[in-house]
Amino acid sequence: MTINGNRISFKMTPFRLVLIAFSIVFVGIVFYRLVTGLKLTNLNDAWPWGLWIFIDVKLGVALAAGGFTTAGIYYVLGVKKVKSVVKPAILTAWLGYCLVGFGLLMDLGRWYGWWHPIFSWGEHSVMFELYMCVLLYTIVLTCEFAPVLFKGIGMIKISTFFTSLTAPLVIGGIALSTMHQSSLGSMYVLTLGKLNELWWTMLLPVLYYTSAVAVGPAMVTCETALAGRFFRHEWDHEAMTFLAKWSGYIMTFYAVLRFTDLAVRNQLGALFAFDTVSLMCLLELGIGTILPLLFFWSYKLGGKVMTQKMIVRNAVLLVLGVALNRGNVVFTGMAKAAGEYYFPSIGELFLSIGLISVGILIYLFIVENFDVFPAHRHHAGETANQARPEGASCVQA
Amino acid sequence: MSKGVLVDITKCFGCGACTVACKLWNEKKYDEVNKPTLGEKAQLVDINWTVVSKHDVTDTAGQSAWRFAKKQCLHCVDPACASSCLVGALRKTPEGPVIYHPDLCVGCRYCMVACPFNIPKYEWEKSFPKISKCQMCSSRVAAGEQPACIAVCPNQVMQFGDRDALVKEAHQRIAAEPRRYVNHVFGETEVGGTAWIYLSDQPFDRLGYKTSVPKESLPAFTWQILSKLPLILVAWTAMLSGIYFFNKRRHALADGKQDSTGGPQA
Repeated sequence: MTINGNRISFKMTPFRLVLIAFSIVFVGIVFYRLVTGLKLTNLNDAWPWGLWIFIDVKLGVALAAGGFTTAGIYYVLGVKKVKSVVKPAILTAWLGYCLVGFGLLMDLGRWYGWWHPIFSWGEHSVMFELYMCVLLYTIVLTCEFAPVLFKGIGMIKISTFFTSLTAPLVIGGIALSTMHQSSLGSMYVLTLGKLNELWWTMLLPVLYYTSAVAVGPAMVTCETALAGRFFRHEWDHEAMTFLAKWSGYIMTFYAVLRFTDLAVRNQLGALFAFDTVSLMCLLELGIGTILPLLFFWSYKLGGKVMTQKMIVRNAVLLVLGVALNRGNVVFTGMAKAAGEYYFPSIGELFLSIGLISVGILIYLFIVENFDVFPAHRHHAGETANQARPEGASCVQA
Repeated sequence: MSKGVLVDITKCFGCGACTVACKLWNEKKYDEVNKPTLGEKAQLVDINWTVVSKHDVTDTAGQSAWRFAKKQCLHCVDPACASSCLVGALRKTPEGPVIYHPDLCVGCRYCMVACPFNIPKYEWEKSFPKISKCQMCSSRVAAGEQPACIAVCPNQVMQFGDRDALVKEAHQRIAAEPRRYVNHVFGETEVGGTAWIYLSDQPFDRLGYKTSVPKESLPAFTWQILSKLPLILVAWTAMLSGIYFFNKRRHALADGKQDSTGGPQA
């Protein structure tokens, strides 16, 4: 079988062997979990949600926001200079949502009933809205990426059909993403009195959505930087600068909103109480909001050109910041109400690691065999990208 | 009329008959060693739908004394758990009980996160666990009978009746004997009101009741957001479509040819 006229290839490297090892462990844990329930977790009545909800769902969805944001920037806003990142971003978002779906399935105690919400609507539940949007958006992403896959296996007509759906898919995808990215925050509105007030606010949906819109392109930047190193792609400086600015402006809006909200709700005292909760919040705000904004505005106001190093550093900070924020809501902010500590079990840890490993392996397989990166054409017969020496494409990844 | 229960903690001497009746009626297992239903360590867990916890306190005369606090689901008037459930597996019945439908439940445990009193528990040991909490003997209540725990109480600690009437009754009892009770009917306004309400001579937080909960109904907060979503969805989609067509036309004019906003491989 061939893809794009080339034989299917998957080079083995030590890194990939490690991922495969994790994936094998993962399959074992999945079967054990599906049969025996949640016994392998450290979850209990005080901590009904743990690592899986945090990494596989909350963080996974936020970091996969690169799909709808870059698609929106390219197709809706018509910013053509980000073209090189759109396809990889849609691919990672698609894989991301598939992993989120699988992670959520693993977390469901009665997983065989995963389809119940489709027929039995809990329309007053944020979780219902989240479920529906994630389900539909995963389908949308599948259709958005389908042209690349079908073109690869030679089904040009089907590929063209999906391509003709692009505009409604992208717009629908943004609408669905707006709903469920904010819902991840709205979910915790119901925990008034349990979630620490440094995080509980009626603005939770707006804050979650804004930070997702900022972190999506930042995650795309990180992925592009990594993929560029592994596959020796040229750094598309114009596209990356645009994404960095985008994140910078959105994050500025987020920061104003977040600090105004804390001030209006008289939480600034609690923010500087320097107890565990306050320190975690300060860490989150320092790493994810203040530092990247400081870098961004000093470059902006100083009239300096953003360097690759600065762009990647800012993107990493934003990703860390959002991870800290989501973690603080799930763990730090809820710790007092829980009354005891939680630390994930080995099983929980390796299921999450394994899930991500599987995702990376599928990603590597797809980018190696399909036309995802503009400079990565096997069938062109010529190397479009001078920076990529012939045959050295996948030596590291 | 929605039913409720008025619990007078000053009358309870901690015999635990109610916990036994609960286990018998609901066919729950006993595990007094690891999951006691009575005493200082009594805790609501999957097999304990009601417990009577023992607390060392100082009474109004300044003497040290014991108090016994009956705990179970409070059956909120506007339950957060029911609003949180994505399949409607938890529902408030018109008679008052908040009941669980395991056939619908997918086991996401959002209800456990949402409950302001941390009442729903989980069968963590089972392969396909269910949520576990007091059902207020809903079949008995629907038939006009009182819940099993109330029926067996030897000292009439609990009174079953219409919730609104019981709230009035509670205030009358406080007014009649202001030195016997603290001036607080627990459950009257907590999270917008609960079906089970309590009288006590001790502040309720000393008896392990969670008094720091909001006074407003919690689902109302979520509904403020959810009810706006359809409008936002329509307006946002229309706006995005507008921007899309505007830019498409702009690019087409600029390029002087067909637009280039094709699919991902365009």
